[in-house]
Amino acid sequence: MGASRVYPQSSEPADADLLALLRAGDASAFEALVREHTPRLLAVAQRFLVNEADAQDAVQDAFVCAFRGLAGFDGQCKLGTWLHAIAVRACLMKLRTRRRRPETPIEELLPQFHADGHRVQPGPAWGESIDQVIQRQESRELVRRCIDELPDSYRTVLLLRDIEELSTDETAKLLGTNTGVVKTRLHRARQALRTLLDPYFGTPSTAGREGDAA
Amino acid sequence: MTCREFIDFLDDYVDGALPIAQRHFFDEHLAGCLDCQTYLESYKRTVRLGKLALADGDGPVPADVPESLVRAILAARRGHR
Repeated sequence: MGASRVYPQSSEPADADLLALLRAGDASAFEALVREHTPRLLAVAQRFLVNEADAQDAVQDAFVCAFRGLAGFDGQCKLGTWLHAIAVRACLMKLRTRRRRPETPIEELLPQFHADGHRVQPGPAWGESIDQVIQRQESRELVRRCIDELPDSYRTVLLLRDIEELSTDETAKLLGTNTGVVKTRLHRARQALRTLLDPYFGTPSTAGREGDAA
Repeated sequence: MTCREFIDFLDDYVDGALPIAQRHFFDEHLAGCLDCQTYLESYKRTVRLGKLALADGDGPVPADVPESLVRAILAARRGHR
């Protein structure tokens, strides 16, 4: 579904065989499909929804939607890619309908400025290289937890633009908003995430060390 | 140009979306402002860290999917046939 993400142009033979069985209503084929794709779809849903029960609901909704739409699947992409796109839409629907969770107002995570336009408390430089940081499992988990802390409407835009690699236009259409709102939310989401990561990566001696991420 | 103005348009600056005439002012501010140099670098690293932490193939895919979820999905299919 992404504009810049590279997807195969045709389904693989295994997909074609499975698709034929699915369209024939083969129960074991449906079970194989669900067992193969549920782990990754659940991971996608957990990114968007954070709450485990909501994520499971969204995955179930996505599969039900996919089962209904099998007749319309044209095989121009992999089944997994098609299911992924449906799961993202199911997550966005869940976000619209669920009760808002308690979250930190984004303003508290944005840089603060003096009246003369200079930053209040500019932080230290980030010491380690990205390659060094990201090699550590605890650092990757820390980044994920910080993304989870972002308010829903900002985390959603960050995920759609930076992770799903949708364009600003595509993101705006999916969210039913305009490109200006998407651009603003993305910039704020990145700034807020930077603020959340700053205590961990702003000082070389403490970057991503075990215990900090807890 | 102030640090606030620089940071307000940082996304366009990073994305190369600023008109050349405006970019000149940003470049000029950046050259003389250590705080904004530091902020710019950490902003770019934040974007890359997010992408790497959640990249396909590296994201936290659950090893064990709840059997109850698989059963619920298959039951939902039977219910909607």
